[in-house]
Amino acid sequence: MLKLENISFEVENEKEILKDVNLTIEKGKFIAITGPNGGGKSTLARIISGVLKPTKGKITFYGEDITNLSITERAQRGISFGFQQPVRFKGITVHDLINIAKGEELSVMDASHYLSEVGLCAKDYIHRELNDGLSGGEIKRIEIATVIARNTKLSIFDEPEAGIDLWSFNHLIDIFLKMHQSQENSIVIISHQERILDVADEIIAMVDGAIVKRGVKESVLPELLHCEDPKNCLNCHDILEA
Amino acid sequence: MNDIAKKLLKEVSGLDEMPKGAYNIRENSKSVARQSSENIEIVSKEDKSGIDIIVKPDTKSENVFIPALVSCSGVHDLVYNDFFIGENADITIIAGCGVSTGDSCDGSEHNGIHRFFLGKNSKVRYVEKHIGEGTGTGKRVIDPVTEVIQEEGSYMEMETTQIKGVDSTRRFTTAKLKDGAKLVIKEKLMTHGEQFAESKFEVDMDGEDSSVNLISRSVARDYSRQTFISKINGNTRCMGHSECDAIIMDHGVVSAIPEITANSLDATLIHEAAIGKIAGDQMIKLMTLGLTEGEAEAKIIDGFLN
Ligand SMILES: Nc1ncnc2c1ncn2[C@@H]1O[C@H](COP(=O)(O)OP(=O)(O)O)[C@@H](O)[C@H]1O
Ligand SMILES: [Mg+2]
Repeated sequence: MLKLENISFEVENEKEILKDVNLTIEKGKFIAITGPNGGGKSTLARIISGVLKPTKGKITFYGEDITNLSITERAQRGISFGFQQPVRFKGITVHDLINIAKGEELSVMDASHYLSEVGLCAKDYIHRELNDGLSGGEIKRIEIATVIARNTKLSIFDEPEAGIDLWSFNHLIDIFLKMHQSQENSIVIISHQERILDVADEIIAMVDGAIVKRGVKESVLPELLHCEDPKNCLNCHDILEA
Repeated sequence: MNDIAKKLLKEVSGLDEMPKGAYNIRENSKSVARQSSENIEIVSKEDKSGIDIIVKPDTKSENVFIPALVSCSGVHDLVYNDFFIGENADITIIAGCGVSTGDSCDGSEHNGIHRFFLGKNSKVRYVEKHIGEGTGTGKRVIDPVTEVIQEEGSYMEMETTQIKGVDSTRRFTTAKLKDGAKLVIKEKLMTHGEQFAESKFEVDMDGEDSSVNLISRSVARDYSRQTFISKINGNTRCMGHSECDAIIMDHGVVSAIPEITANSLDATLIHEAAIGKIAGDQMIKLMTLGLTEGEAEAKIIDGFLN
Protein backbone atom coordinates (compact mmCIF):
# COMPACT_ATOMS: atom_id res chain seq x y z
CA MET A 1 0.00 0.00 0.00
CA LEU A 2 2.63 2.53 1.13
CA LYS A 3 6.22 2.11 0.15
CA LEU A 4 9.17 4.32 1.06
CA GLU A 5 12.40 3.63 -0.83
CA ASN A 6 15.73 5.12 0.21
CA ILE A 7 14.11 8.16 1.79
CA SER A 8 16.57 10.72 3.11
CA PHE A 9 15.91 14.15 4.49
CA GLU A 10 18.79 16.50 4.86
CA VAL A 11 18.69 20.10 6.06
CA GLU A 12 20.98 22.88 4.94
CA ASN A 13 23.72 22.39 7.46
CA GLU A 14 24.12 18.89 6.02
CA LYS A 15 22.42 17.32 8.96
CA GLU A 16 20.70 14.13 7.87
CA ILE A 17 17.44 13.86 9.75
CA LEU A 18 16.31 10.76 7.91
CA LYS A 19 18.92 8.36 6.63
CA ASP A 20 18.00 6.06 3.78
CA VAL A 21 14.70 4.86 5.20
CA ASN A 22 13.05 1.86 3.56
CA LEU A 23 9.60 0.96 4.72
CA THR A 24 6.58 -0.87 3.40
CA ILE A 25 3.20 -0.80 5.08
CA GLU A 26 0.58 -3.27 3.94
CA LYS A 27 -3.12 -2.69 3.63
CA GLY A 28 -5.13 -3.10 6.82
CA LYS A 29 -2.14 -2.92 9.19
CA PHE A 30 -1.92 -1.19 12.53
CA ILE A 31 1.66 0.03 12.92
CA ALA A 32 3.23 1.78 15.87
CA ILE A 33 6.38 3.85 15.44
CA THR A 34 8.34 4.47 18.58
CA GLY A 35 11.79 5.54 19.69
CA PRO A 36 13.54 8.38 21.48
CA ASN A 37 12.78 12.07 20.99
CA GLY A 38 14.53 13.51 18.00
CA GLY A 39 14.70 10.13 16.30
CA GLY A 40 12.93 11.42 13.18
CA LYS A 41 9.42 10.02 13.67
CA SER A 42 7.54 13.27 13.09
CA THR A 43 9.77 14.06 10.13
CA LEU A 44 8.89 10.70 8.61
CA ALA A 45 5.18 11.42 9.08
CA ARG A 46 5.59 14.83 7.43
CA ILE A 47 7.39 13.24 4.50
CA ILE A 48 4.59 10.72 4.00
CA SER A 49 1.86 13.37 4.14
CA GLY A 50 3.75 15.72 1.82
CA VAL A 51 4.38 18.49 4.35
CA LEU A 52 8.09 17.91 3.69
CA LYS A 53 9.70 16.75 0.46
CA PRO A 54 12.47 14.17 0.87
CA THR A 55 15.88 15.14 -0.44
CA LYS A 56 16.32 11.63 -1.77
CA GLY A 57 14.13 8.62 -2.39
CA LYS A 58 10.73 7.61 -3.66
CA ILE A 59 7.29 7.18 -2.13
CA THR A 60 4.57 5.07 -3.69
CA PHE A 61 0.99 4.78 -2.51
CA TYR A 62 -1.18 2.04 -4.01
CA GLY A 63 1.32 1.72 -6.85
CA GLU A 64 1.35 5.43 -7.71
CA ASP A 65 4.54 7.45 -7.36
CA ILE A 66 3.44 10.27 -5.04
CA THR A 67 6.91 11.67 -4.30
CA ASN A 68 6.14 14.89 -6.14
CA LEU A 69 2.49 15.21 -5.25
CA SER A 70 1.34 18.12 -3.08
CA ILE A 71 -0.14 17.81 0.40
CA THR A 72 -3.63 18.32 -1.04
CA GLU A 73 -3.18 15.65 -3.71
CA ARG A 74 -1.98 13.14 -1.15
CA ALA A 75 -4.87 14.00 1.17
CA GLN A 76 -7.28 13.48 -1.70
CA ARG A 77 -5.73 10.09 -2.45
CA GLY A 78 -6.40 8.98 1.10
CA ILE A 79 -3.59 10.03 3.43
CA SER A 80 -4.53 11.70 6.73
CA PHE A 81 -2.20 13.13 9.32
CA GLY A 82 -2.96 14.18 12.89
CA PHE A 83 -0.26 16.60 13.98
CA GLN A 84 1.79 16.22 17.13
CA GLN A 85 1.18 19.93 17.73
CA PRO A 86 -2.29 20.82 16.46
CA VAL A 87 -2.81 24.16 14.77
CA ARG A 88 -5.12 26.86 16.11
CA PHE A 89 -7.36 29.11 14.03
CA LYS A 90 -9.09 32.33 15.00
CA GLY A 91 -12.72 32.34 13.95
CA ILE A 92 -12.87 28.75 12.67
CA THR A 93 -15.08 26.57 14.87
CA VAL A 94 -14.75 22.92 15.78
CA HIS A 95 -17.82 22.24 13.64
CA ASP A 96 -16.22 24.04 10.66
CA LEU A 97 -13.06 21.96 10.94
CA ILE A 98 -14.96 18.67 11.13
CA ASN A 99 -16.93 19.72 8.04
CA ILE A 100 -13.69 20.49 6.21
CA ALA A 101 -12.23 17.13 7.25
CA LYS A 102 -15.34 15.26 6.20
CA GLY A 103 -15.63 17.24 2.97
CA GLU A 104 -19.33 17.96 3.51
CA GLU A 105 -21.60 20.07 5.68
CA LEU A 106 -22.54 17.87 8.60
CA SER A 107 -25.44 18.54 10.93
CA VAL A 108 -24.50 19.43 14.49
CA MET A 109 -25.57 15.94 15.52
CA ASP A 110 -23.45 14.15 12.93
CA ALA A 111 -20.42 16.31 13.63
CA SER A 112 -20.88 15.82 17.38
CA HIS A 113 -20.49 12.10 16.96
CA TYR A 114 -16.80 12.54 16.17
CA LEU A 115 -16.28 14.62 19.29
CA SER A 116 -17.91 12.01 21.49
CA GLU A 117 -15.54 9.47 19.97
CA VAL A 118 -12.58 11.39 21.39
CA GLY A 119 -14.21 11.91 24.77
CA LEU A 120 -15.32 15.52 24.38
CA CYS A 121 -18.81 16.55 25.40
CA ALA A 122 -20.07 17.64 22.00
CA LYS A 123 -22.46 20.35 23.11
CA ASP A 124 -19.70 22.15 24.99
CA TYR A 125 -17.29 22.10 22.09
CA ILE A 126 -19.00 21.95 18.74
CA HIS A 127 -19.40 25.74 18.44
CA ARG A 128 -16.10 26.67 20.08
CA GLU A 129 -13.47 28.49 18.11
CA LEU A 130 -10.17 26.68 17.58
CA ASN A 131 -8.31 29.50 19.28
CA ASP A 132 -6.08 29.81 22.31
CA GLY A 133 -9.08 29.29 24.56
CA LEU A 134 -8.81 25.52 24.09
CA SER A 135 -6.37 23.58 26.24
CA GLY A 136 -3.64 21.40 24.75
CA GLY A 137 -5.55 18.22 25.51
CA GLU A 138 -8.77 19.59 24.02
CA ILE A 139 -7.23 20.71 20.76
CA LYS A 140 -5.39 17.41 20.53
CA ARG A 141 -8.62 15.45 20.75
CA ILE A 142 -10.22 17.64 18.09
CA GLU A 143 -7.20 16.97 15.88
CA ILE A 144 -7.73 13.25 16.31
CA ALA A 145 -11.45 13.64 15.62
CA THR A 146 -10.72 15.25 12.23
CA VAL A 147 -8.55 12.29 11.20
CA ILE A 148 -11.23 9.84 12.33
CA ALA A 149 -13.86 11.83 10.41
CA ARG A 150 -11.80 11.55 7.21
CA ASN A 151 -11.58 7.78 7.58
CA THR A 152 -9.05 7.39 4.78
CA LYS A 153 -6.89 4.51 3.52
CA LEU A 154 -3.98 5.68 5.65
CA SER A 155 -4.28 7.54 8.94
CA ILE A 156 -1.15 8.74 10.71
CA PHE A 157 -1.39 9.99 14.30
CA ASP A 158 1.62 11.72 15.80
CA GLU A 159 1.70 11.10 19.55
CA PRO A 160 -2.06 11.10 20.06
CA GLU A 161 -1.64 10.40 23.77
CA ALA A 162 -0.12 13.81 24.56
CA GLY A 163 -2.32 15.74 26.97
CA ILE A 164 -5.06 13.12 27.09
CA ASP A 165 -6.08 11.53 30.36
CA LEU A 166 -5.82 7.80 30.79
CA TRP A 167 -9.52 7.06 30.82
CA SER A 168 -10.10 8.85 27.52
CA PHE A 169 -7.00 7.30 26.13
CA ASN A 170 -8.23 3.79 26.76
CA HIS A 171 -11.41 4.72 24.96
CA LEU A 172 -9.33 6.15 22.14
CA ILE A 173 -7.49 2.90 21.73
CA ASP A 174 -10.86 1.23 21.22
CA ILE A 175 -11.53 3.77 18.48
CA PHE A 176 -8.20 3.00 16.80
CA LEU A 177 -9.03 -0.69 17.01
CA LYS A 178 -12.43 -0.03 15.51
CA MET A 179 -10.79 1.86 12.63
CA HIS A 180 -8.48 -1.09 12.29
CA GLN A 181 -11.33 -3.55 11.90
CA SER A 182 -11.80 -2.33 8.38
CA GLN A 183 -9.37 -4.58 6.52
CA GLU A 184 -8.92 -1.83 3.92
CA ASN A 185 -7.45 0.97 6.00
CA SER A 186 -4.08 1.20 7.69
CA ILE A 187 -3.19 3.12 10.81
CA VAL A 188 0.22 4.41 11.77
CA ILE A 189 0.56 5.72 15.29
CA ILE A 190 3.67 7.41 16.54
CA SER A 191 3.62 6.74 20.25
CA HIS A 192 5.47 5.95 23.43
CA GLN A 193 2.36 4.53 25.03
CA GLU A 194 2.72 0.94 26.11
CA ARG A 195 -0.96 0.23 25.47
CA ILE A 196 -0.61 1.31 21.84
CA LEU A 197 2.50 -0.76 21.36
CA ASP A 198 0.54 -3.64 22.88
CA VAL A 199 -2.27 -3.57 20.38
CA ALA A 200 -0.25 -2.79 17.24
CA ASP A 201 0.31 -5.51 14.65
CA GLU A 202 3.89 -4.39 14.31
CA ILE A 203 6.28 -1.96 15.93
CA ILE A 204 8.93 0.12 14.22
CA ALA A 205 11.73 1.61 16.31
CA MET A 206 13.44 4.75 15.00
CA VAL A 207 16.69 6.08 16.38
CA ASP A 208 18.81 8.87 14.86
CA GLY A 209 16.86 9.03 11.63
CA ALA A 210 16.94 5.35 10.85
CA ILE A 211 14.69 2.38 11.40
CA VAL A 212 16.66 0.22 13.80
CA LYS A 213 14.15 -2.49 14.45
CA ARG A 214 10.87 -3.66 13.07
CA GLY A 215 8.82 -6.57 14.21
CA VAL A 216 5.95 -7.94 16.15
CA LYS A 217 5.59 -6.61 19.65
CA GLU A 218 6.95 -9.75 21.21
CA SER A 219 10.32 -9.08 19.65
CA VAL A 220 10.60 -5.29 19.87
CA LEU A 221 8.68 -4.41 22.98
CA PRO A 222 10.70 -6.07 25.70
CA GLU A 223 13.84 -4.35 24.56
CA LEU A 224 12.31 -0.92 24.24
CA LEU A 225 10.17 -0.87 27.31
CA HIS A 226 12.79 -1.33 29.89
CA CYS A 227 14.46 1.94 29.14
CA GLU A 228 13.32 5.56 29.47
CA ASP A 229 15.88 7.04 27.18
CA PRO A 230 17.13 4.51 24.63
CA LYS A 231 18.98 7.14 22.58
CA ASN A 232 21.39 7.99 25.34
CA CYS A 233 21.38 4.55 26.82
CA LEU A 234 24.29 2.45 25.65
CA ASN A 235 22.55 -0.74 26.50
CA CYS A 236 19.50 0.13 24.39
CA HIS A 237 21.63 1.41 21.59
CA ASP A 238 23.43 -1.87 21.39
CA ILE A 239 20.22 -3.81 21.42
CA LEU A 240 18.60 -1.60 18.81
CA GLU A 241 21.63 -1.62 16.55
CA ALA A 242 21.93 -5.35 16.78
CA MET B 1 -35.96 53.74 -5.42
CA ASN B 2 -34.12 52.26 -8.40
CA ASP B 3 -32.67 48.76 -8.67
CA ILE B 4 -29.16 49.83 -7.68
CA ALA B 5 -30.52 51.47 -4.53
CA LYS B 6 -32.65 48.42 -3.74
CA LYS B 7 -29.66 46.12 -4.13
CA LEU B 8 -27.52 48.35 -1.90
CA LEU B 9 -30.30 48.47 0.68
CA LYS B 10 -30.44 44.69 0.79
CA GLU B 11 -26.67 44.37 1.19
CA VAL B 12 -26.31 47.08 3.78
CA SER B 13 -29.23 46.24 6.01
CA GLY B 14 -30.60 42.89 4.86
CA LEU B 15 -33.91 44.52 3.95
CA ASP B 16 -36.03 43.43 0.98
CA GLU B 17 -38.86 45.77 1.81
CA MET B 18 -39.68 48.49 4.27
CA PRO B 19 -39.23 47.18 7.79
CA LYS B 20 -41.69 47.31 10.65
CA GLY B 21 -41.06 49.92 13.30
CA ALA B 22 -38.88 52.97 12.97
CA TYR B 23 -36.70 53.64 9.95
CA ASN B 24 -35.20 56.33 7.81
CA ILE B 25 -33.76 55.61 4.41
CA ARG B 26 -31.47 58.15 2.89
CA GLU B 27 -30.68 58.06 -0.81
CA ASN B 28 -28.38 60.48 -2.61
CA SER B 29 -28.45 63.05 0.20
CA LYS B 30 -32.23 63.01 0.79
CA SER B 31 -34.54 61.09 3.09
CA VAL B 32 -36.68 58.97 0.77
CA ALA B 33 -38.66 56.97 3.31
CA ARG B 34 -39.28 57.41 7.00
CA GLN B 35 -41.42 56.04 9.77
CA SER B 36 -41.43 56.66 13.50
CA SER B 37 -42.77 54.17 15.99
CA GLU B 38 -44.56 54.70 19.25
CA ASN B 39 -41.28 54.68 21.17
CA ILE B 40 -38.82 55.86 18.59
CA GLU B 41 -39.27 59.19 16.94
CA ILE B 42 -37.30 60.29 13.89
CA VAL B 43 -37.31 63.99 12.98
CA SER B 44 -35.38 66.05 10.45
CA LYS B 45 -32.80 68.48 11.68
CA GLU B 46 -33.69 72.08 11.02
CA ASP B 47 -30.26 73.62 10.70
CA LYS B 48 -28.49 70.99 8.63
CA SER B 49 -28.96 67.76 6.73
CA GLY B 50 -29.74 64.83 8.98
CA ILE B 51 -32.05 63.46 11.59
CA ASP B 52 -32.59 63.17 15.33
CA ILE B 53 -33.56 59.74 16.57
CA ILE B 54 -35.23 59.98 19.92
CA VAL B 55 -35.78 56.80 21.87
CA LYS B 56 -38.16 56.92 24.84
CA PRO B 57 -36.96 55.68 28.21
CA ASP B 58 -37.67 52.00 28.90
CA THR B 59 -38.15 51.12 25.21
CA LYS B 60 -37.40 47.41 24.91
CA SER B 61 -36.13 45.24 22.04
CA GLU B 62 -36.90 47.56 19.18
CA ASN B 63 -34.93 47.95 15.97
CA VAL B 64 -34.23 51.15 14.07
CA PHE B 65 -33.02 51.02 10.49
CA ILE B 66 -31.13 54.02 9.14
CA PRO B 67 -29.31 52.97 5.95
CA ALA B 68 -27.73 55.60 3.72
CA LEU B 69 -27.38 54.87 0.02
CA VAL B 70 -25.49 56.60 -2.71
CA SER B 71 -26.69 55.04 -5.93
CA CYS B 72 -24.96 57.22 -8.49
CA SER B 73 -21.65 58.94 -9.08
CA GLY B 74 -20.78 62.55 -8.38
CA VAL B 75 -22.56 62.65 -5.01
CA HIS B 76 -20.94 64.25 -1.99
CA ASP B 77 -23.21 63.45 0.88
CA LEU B 78 -22.75 64.87 4.37
CA VAL B 79 -25.20 63.93 7.08
CA TYR B 80 -25.58 64.56 10.81
CA ASN B 81 -27.48 61.96 12.79
CA ASP B 82 -28.02 62.26 16.53
CA PHE B 83 -29.33 59.45 18.69
CA PHE B 84 -30.87 60.25 22.03
CA ILE B 85 -31.36 57.02 23.95
CA GLY B 86 -33.68 57.25 26.97
CA GLU B 87 -32.85 55.70 30.33
CA ASN B 88 -33.15 51.92 30.50
CA ALA B 89 -33.97 51.62 26.81
CA ASP B 90 -32.62 48.57 25.02
CA ILE B 91 -32.49 48.86 21.23
CA THR B 92 -30.65 47.78 18.09
CA ILE B 93 -29.68 50.26 15.42
CA ILE B 94 -28.98 48.90 11.97
CA ALA B 95 -27.05 51.51 10.07
CA GLY B 96 -24.75 51.20 7.14
CA CYS B 97 -23.83 52.83 3.97
CA GLY B 98 -23.73 51.64 0.39
CA VAL B 99 -22.01 53.63 -2.32
CA SER B 100 -22.35 52.61 -5.96
CA THR B 101 -20.62 54.57 -8.69
CA GLY B 102 -21.58 52.29 -11.59
CA ASP B 103 -19.17 52.50 -14.52
CA SER B 104 -18.56 56.20 -14.02
CA CYS B 105 -15.21 57.80 -13.53
CA ASP B 106 -16.72 60.33 -11.14
CA GLY B 107 -16.41 59.39 -7.52
CA SER B 108 -18.96 59.52 -4.74
CA GLU B 109 -18.62 60.20 -1.09
CA HIS B 110 -20.66 59.65 2.03
CA ASN B 111 -19.68 61.29 5.28
CA GLY B 112 -21.85 60.49 8.23
CA ILE B 113 -21.44 62.26 11.52
CA HIS B 114 -23.16 60.22 14.21
CA ARG B 115 -23.58 61.22 17.81
CA PHE B 116 -24.94 58.89 20.45
CA PHE B 117 -26.20 60.06 23.81
CA LEU B 118 -26.89 57.02 25.95
CA GLY B 119 -29.07 57.62 29.00
CA LYS B 120 -28.47 55.86 32.32
CA ASN B 121 -28.53 52.07 32.10
CA SER B 122 -29.53 52.10 28.46
CA LYS B 123 -28.29 49.50 26.06
CA VAL B 124 -27.54 49.95 22.38
CA ARG B 125 -26.35 47.54 19.78
CA TYR B 126 -25.19 49.40 16.69
CA VAL B 127 -24.54 47.39 13.54
CA GLU B 128 -22.99 49.09 10.57
CA LYS B 129 -21.91 47.74 7.23
CA HIS B 130 -20.08 49.62 4.50
CA ILE B 131 -20.44 48.52 0.91
CA GLY B 132 -18.83 49.95 -2.19
CA GLU B 133 -19.71 48.94 -5.74
CA GLY B 134 -18.93 50.00 -9.25
CA THR B 135 -16.68 49.10 -12.14
CA GLY B 136 -15.56 52.59 -13.17
CA THR B 137 -12.55 54.45 -11.89
CA GLY B 138 -14.70 56.76 -9.76
CA LYS B 139 -13.51 56.64 -6.17
CA ARG B 140 -15.91 55.53 -3.45
CA VAL B 141 -15.17 57.28 -0.20
CA ILE B 142 -16.80 56.80 3.20
CA ASP B 143 -15.57 58.86 6.14
CA PRO B 144 -17.62 58.23 9.26
CA VAL B 145 -17.27 60.23 12.44
CA THR B 146 -18.84 58.77 15.56
CA GLU B 147 -19.13 60.37 18.94
CA VAL B 148 -20.44 58.41 21.90
CA ILE B 149 -21.40 59.85 25.27
CA GLN B 150 -22.36 57.21 27.79
CA GLU B 151 -24.11 57.95 31.09
CA GLU B 152 -23.85 55.74 34.17
CA GLY B 153 -24.35 52.04 33.66
CA SER B 154 -25.01 52.27 29.94
CA TYR B 155 -23.80 49.69 27.44
CA MET B 156 -22.92 50.20 23.82
CA GLU B 157 -21.81 47.59 21.35
CA MET B 158 -20.69 48.71 17.91
CA GLU B 159 -20.13 46.21 15.15
CA THR B 160 -18.69 47.68 12.01
CA THR B 161 -17.90 45.79 8.84
CA GLN B 162 -16.31 46.87 5.61
CA ILE B 163 -15.35 44.15 3.18
CA LYS B 164 -13.72 45.44 -0.03
CA GLY B 165 -15.30 47.94 -2.39
CA VAL B 166 -14.57 51.18 -0.57
CA ASP B 167 -11.54 53.02 -1.96
CA SER B 168 -10.85 55.26 0.92
CA THR B 169 -12.15 55.45 4.43
CA ARG B 170 -11.17 57.44 7.45
CA ARG B 171 -13.08 56.47 10.51
CA PHE B 172 -12.89 58.50 13.66
CA THR B 173 -14.64 57.33 16.80
CA THR B 174 -14.59 59.04 20.16
CA ALA B 175 -16.25 57.99 23.37
CA LYS B 176 -16.65 59.29 26.90
CA LEU B 177 -17.69 56.85 29.58
CA LYS B 178 -19.21 57.61 32.96
CA ASP B 179 -19.45 55.31 36.01
CA GLY B 180 -20.04 51.68 35.11
CA ALA B 181 -20.48 52.43 31.40
CA LYS B 182 -19.29 49.76 29.05
CA LEU B 183 -18.29 50.09 25.42
CA VAL B 184 -17.51 47.20 23.08
CA ILE B 185 -16.33 47.86 19.54
CA LYS B 186 -15.85 45.08 17.02
CA GLU B 187 -14.43 46.13 13.73
CA LYS B 188 -13.96 43.95 10.65
CA LEU B 189 -12.20 45.22 7.62
CA MET B 190 -10.88 43.90 4.35
CA THR B 191 -9.16 46.13 1.85
CA HIS B 192 -7.87 45.28 -1.59
CA GLY B 193 -6.53 46.94 -4.72
CA GLU B 194 -5.07 50.30 -3.81
CA GLN B 195 -7.56 50.98 -1.05
CA PHE B 196 -6.77 52.92 2.05
CA ALA B 197 -8.46 52.61 5.42
CA GLU B 198 -7.74 54.42 8.64
CA SER B 199 -9.52 53.78 11.88
CA LYS B 200 -8.89 56.00 14.82
CA PHE B 201 -10.38 55.62 18.27
CA GLU B 202 -10.20 57.93 21.22
CA VAL B 203 -11.83 56.71 24.40
CA ASP B 204 -11.93 58.48 27.76
CA MET B 205 -12.91 56.38 30.70
CA ASP B 206 -13.92 59.06 33.17
CA GLY B 207 -16.23 57.05 35.39
CA GLU B 208 -15.32 54.43 37.97
CA ASP B 209 -15.61 50.84 36.80
CA SER B 210 -16.18 51.86 33.22
CA SER B 211 -14.67 49.63 30.57
CA VAL B 212 -13.87 49.52 26.91
CA ASN B 213 -13.04 46.55 24.72
CA LEU B 214 -11.92 47.31 21.22
CA ILE B 215 -11.45 44.39 18.86
CA SER B 216 -10.26 44.85 15.34
CA ARG B 217 -9.77 42.10 12.78
CA SER B 218 -8.57 43.01 9.36
CA VAL B 219 -7.12 41.72 6.14
CA ALA B 220 -5.07 43.87 3.77
CA ARG B 221 -4.61 42.45 0.28
CA ASP B 222 -2.95 43.61 -2.94
CA TYR B 223 -1.44 47.08 -2.47
CA SER B 224 -3.92 48.24 0.13
CA ARG B 225 -2.96 50.04 3.33
CA GLN B 226 -4.55 50.23 6.75
CA THR B 227 -3.80 52.21 9.87
CA PHE B 228 -5.27 51.66 13.32
CA ILE B 229 -4.86 54.22 15.99
CA SER B 230 -6.29 53.42 19.37
CA LYS B 231 -6.03 55.97 22.07
CA ILE B 232 -7.41 54.91 25.42
CA ASN B 233 -7.28 57.09 28.51
CA GLY B 234 -8.00 55.52 31.87
CA ASN B 235 -8.79 58.42 34.16
CA THR B 236 -10.00 56.49 37.16
CA ARG B 237 -10.56 52.88 38.25
CA CYS B 238 -11.43 51.27 34.91
CA MET B 239 -10.53 48.54 32.42
CA GLY B 240 -9.40 49.15 28.88
CA HIS B 241 -8.45 46.56 26.31
CA SER B 242 -7.69 46.90 22.66
CA GLU B 243 -6.74 44.17 20.28
CA CYS B 244 -5.67 44.61 16.70
CA ASP B 245 -5.28 41.48 14.67
CA ALA B 246 -4.34 41.80 11.04
CA ILE B 247 -3.49 39.47 8.18
CA ILE B 248 -1.41 40.93 5.40
CA MET B 249 -1.34 39.41 1.92
CA ASP B 250 0.39 40.30 -1.36
CA HIS B 251 1.80 43.80 -0.76
CA GLY B 252 -0.65 44.88 1.92
CA VAL B 253 0.58 47.21 4.65
CA VAL B 254 -0.87 47.54 8.14
CA SER B 255 0.19 49.79 10.99
CA ALA B 256 -1.20 49.54 14.48
CA ILE B 257 -0.52 52.52 16.70
CA PRO B 258 -1.65 52.18 20.28
CA GLU B 259 -1.60 54.95 22.79
CA ILE B 260 -2.81 53.87 26.19
CA THR B 261 -2.57 56.29 29.06
CA ALA B 262 -3.25 55.45 32.67
CA ASN B 263 -4.01 58.67 34.51
CA SER B 264 -4.97 56.74 37.60
CA LEU B 265 -3.23 54.07 39.61
CA ASP B 266 -6.39 51.97 39.39
CA ALA B 267 -6.63 51.98 35.64
CA THR B 268 -5.84 48.68 33.93
CA LEU B 269 -5.04 49.05 30.26
CA ILE B 270 -3.96 46.43 27.77
CA HIS B 271 -3.10 46.69 24.13
CA GLU B 272 -2.41 43.69 21.93
CA ALA B 273 -1.48 43.78 18.28
CA ALA B 274 -0.54 41.00 15.92
CA ILE B 275 0.17 41.58 12.25
CA GLY B 276 1.43 38.95 9.88
CA LYS B 277 0.74 36.78 6.90
CA ILE B 278 -1.41 33.67 7.16
CA ALA B 279 0.46 31.16 9.29
CA GLY B 280 2.06 28.44 7.16
CA ASP B 281 0.98 25.68 9.52
CA GLN B 282 -2.66 26.77 9.20
CA MET B 283 -2.44 26.38 5.42
CA ILE B 284 -0.69 23.02 5.78
CA LYS B 285 -3.29 21.73 8.24
CA LEU B 286 -6.21 22.52 5.94
CA MET B 287 -4.39 21.07 2.94
CA THR B 288 -3.85 17.79 4.83
CA LEU B 289 -7.64 17.77 5.16
CA GLY B 290 -7.91 17.88 1.36
CA LEU B 291 -8.32 21.58 0.61
CA THR B 292 -6.33 23.23 -2.17
CA GLU B 293 -4.12 26.17 -1.33
CA GLY B 294 -6.76 28.63 -2.56
CA GLU B 295 -9.55 26.94 -0.63
CA ALA B 296 -7.47 26.84 2.53
CA GLU B 297 -6.66 30.53 2.25
CA ALA B 298 -10.33 31.43 1.72
CA LYS B 299 -11.41 29.39 4.76
CA ILE B 300 -8.82 31.02 6.98
CA ILE B 301 -9.77 34.54 5.88
CA ASP B 302 -13.51 33.83 6.12
CA GLY B 303 -13.13 32.49 9.62
CA PHE B 304 -10.88 35.31 10.70
CA LEU B 305 -13.36 37.96 9.55
CA ASN B 306 -16.40 35.98 10.56
N1 LIG C 1 13.46 21.54 9.39
C1 LIG C 1 14.37 21.12 10.28
N2 LIG C 1 15.56 21.72 10.34
C2 LIG C 1 16.52 21.31 11.22
N3 LIG C 1 16.35 20.30 12.05
C3 LIG C 1 15.18 19.66 12.05
C4 LIG C 1 14.11 20.03 11.18
N4 LIG C 1 13.07 19.22 11.41
C5 LIG C 1 13.44 18.39 12.39
N5 LIG C 1 14.71 18.63 12.78
C6 LIG C 1 15.49 17.87 13.76
O1 LIG C 1 15.42 16.54 13.36
C7 LIG C 1 15.39 15.66 14.44
C8 LIG C 1 14.19 14.75 14.35
O2 LIG C 1 13.02 15.48 14.66
P1 LIG C 1 11.60 14.81 14.75
O3 LIG C 1 11.27 14.18 13.46
O4 LIG C 1 10.65 15.85 15.24
O5 LIG C 1 11.81 13.70 15.87
P2 LIG C 1 10.77 12.88 16.75
O6 LIG C 1 9.41 13.15 16.22
O7 LIG C 1 11.19 11.47 16.60
O8 LIG C 1 10.94 13.37 18.14
C9 LIG C 1 15.41 16.53 15.67
O9 LIG C 1 16.74 16.60 16.12
C10 LIG C 1 14.94 17.88 15.15
O10 LIG C 1 15.45 18.91 15.93
MG1 LIG D 1 7.73 14.00 17.12
